Amino acid sequence: MRSPSSFNHHLGRRKILGSIALVVFMSSVVVGILGLVVLLAQVLFQGLEWLSPELIFNFPSRHPEQAGLKAAIFGTLWLMGLTAAFTVPVGVGAAIYLEEYATENWLTRLIEVNIANLAGVPSIVYGLLGLALFVQLLSLGRSVLAGALTMSLLVLPIVILASREAIKAVPETYRQAAFALGATKWEVVRSVVLPSAYPGVLTGIILAMSRAIGETAPVIAISALVYLTFVPQNPLDRFTVLPIQIFNWIARPQEDFRGLAAGGIIVLLIVLLSMNALAVFLRNRYQKQSVE
Amino acid sequence: MTETRKGLGSTTVPKLSVKEHAAPGESPTVITVNKLDVHYGTFCAVRGVSMKIKENRVTAFIGPSGCGKSTVLRCFNRMNVLIPGARVTGEINFFGQDLYAAEVDPTEMRSRVGMVFQKPNPFPKSIYDNVAFGLKVNGYTGNYPDAVERSLKRAALWGEVKDRLKENALQLSGGQQQRLCIARALAPEPEVLLMDEPASALDPISTLAIEQLINDLCTDVSIIIVTHNMQQAARVSHETAFFMVDDDRAGYLVEFDDTSNIFTNPNDERTEAYITGRFS
Repeated sequence: MRSPSSFNHHLGRRKILGSIALVVFMSSVVVGILGLVVLLAQVLFQGLEWLSPELIFNFPSRHPEQAGLKAAIFGTLWLMGLTAAFTVPVGVGAAIYLEEYATENWLTRLIEVNIANLAGVPSIVYGLLGLALFVQLLSLGRSVLAGALTMSLLVLPIVILASREAIKAVPETYRQAAFALGATKWEVVRSVVLPSAYPGVLTGIILAMSRAIGETAPVIAISALVYLTFVPQNPLDRFTVLPIQIFNWIARPQEDFRGLAAGGIIVLLIVLLSMNALAVFLRNRYQKQSVE
Repeated sequence: MTETRKGLGSTTVPKLSVKEHAAPGESPTVITVNKLDVHYGTFCAVRGVSMKIKENRVTAFIGPSGCGKSTVLRCFNRMNVLIPGARVTGEINFFGQDLYAAEVDPTEMRSRVGMVFQKPNPFPKSIYDNVAFGLKVNGYTGNYPDAVERSLKRAALWGEVKDRLKENALQLSGGQQQRLCIARALAPEPEVLLMDEPASALDPISTLAIEQLINDLCTDVSIIIVTHNMQQAARVSHETAFFMVDDDRAGYLVEFDDTSNIFTNPNDERTEAYITGRFS
């Protein structure tokens, strides 16, 4: 027999606690969103009037009304393209090795911990490393190639970590089924593991590229704050990128350059968002094909 | 865990080579197990198992949880070697060839011993690609659509999926998924089919379909099925192996006999206790 006196439900108090939790969590969301909205509103307010064909198709100039981002846009595209070309094969390859091939021992655990730590190293450190290693030691000069290699080092941990998580999430039963059918290790990885992990891997690549496109410090170390009136023609050319051009304009005393910088931020956001949109589109299309 | 490709050609393992040893009226032996021990690290999972699996018959492995019946099953296609620390000693003869001999390539051997798992595990690919996978990796040289159709028909799934071969396999029901997995396992034309509790995740009607299928398939493939369901073992199998677990948690074989003998007139009183439910 259940005696009512042995339970004290405190229903009222528990429900109030629940409501407090709801308010706390909701305000966390509001704070985040509000900050973003204010930031965007200010940038749009300042920069919209400066959005013009000149901003996109002109090289930088001393005259605000003629100044443009052409060199920075092309530099950014070059840097992103080369960084992706280095990061994706190396990052995904490292993740495959660590998850599928490496045996669990102190060495692999040490590598794992170090990769996680590398993801948290300040980007200027990578910039200085790139300056010493690629620019000077390997004599690549202050080139877009040296910049891309440096940027790859910076974002590799992100790609490796995300890809490993995606590979880890592939059910073990898929691998067993493939092995039981007489597939080799590589066939299992290529035909079963990678297709299932692909959406997660792509997410990691999106994150890494989004990080790379906004990074300023390592590029300043590699390329310095330059005034370029040409577009890189090959990987060994000098380059500048959008965040640097924006930083350059903000540092000017004239009021008009601040508006120009705001316009530059809008362009940077558009490039970033369209890159992400493309990747999200690819991922969703693939997910629909492969899983449910 | 390392697997080298050395090649166990069908030249070194002649098919059905032991037929001449068979006594009249009795099926020839497909797999001979002799004093099999399986260790995971220092833990002994299976101890001293010896048995003969007959061709084109259904052999059921029954016994309480942890008695090593799935472990023994996984020795037959060397899936144990995928588990780090696993060690198999003793002898398993597959059509006269020592399965664990150095020159036997597990990758090639596995295409001759199909496996169906406890939970349906189709790849997240199309129905067609699921069945074609085993053909592709084994370098099938014939007509793929025909082979896929043949396998799906053998698994009694063709009628339900013939108009939707390009659809994702995960859209099928659980029972259909399991029959797809059987079709997938049959595609490389294995001589032996291992089934690890193939119906334990399915509803009664799908279970019945799988049992019917086992019955139909055993005319040309030898089937070994692990099951927790004793009625199922009694219904589908010709022969039954009863395993138990000793005080060191190592599994061992208690009795191996015709299914009718095991269920009506077992030699060992532990078998009788288990099948009548007087057993913890």
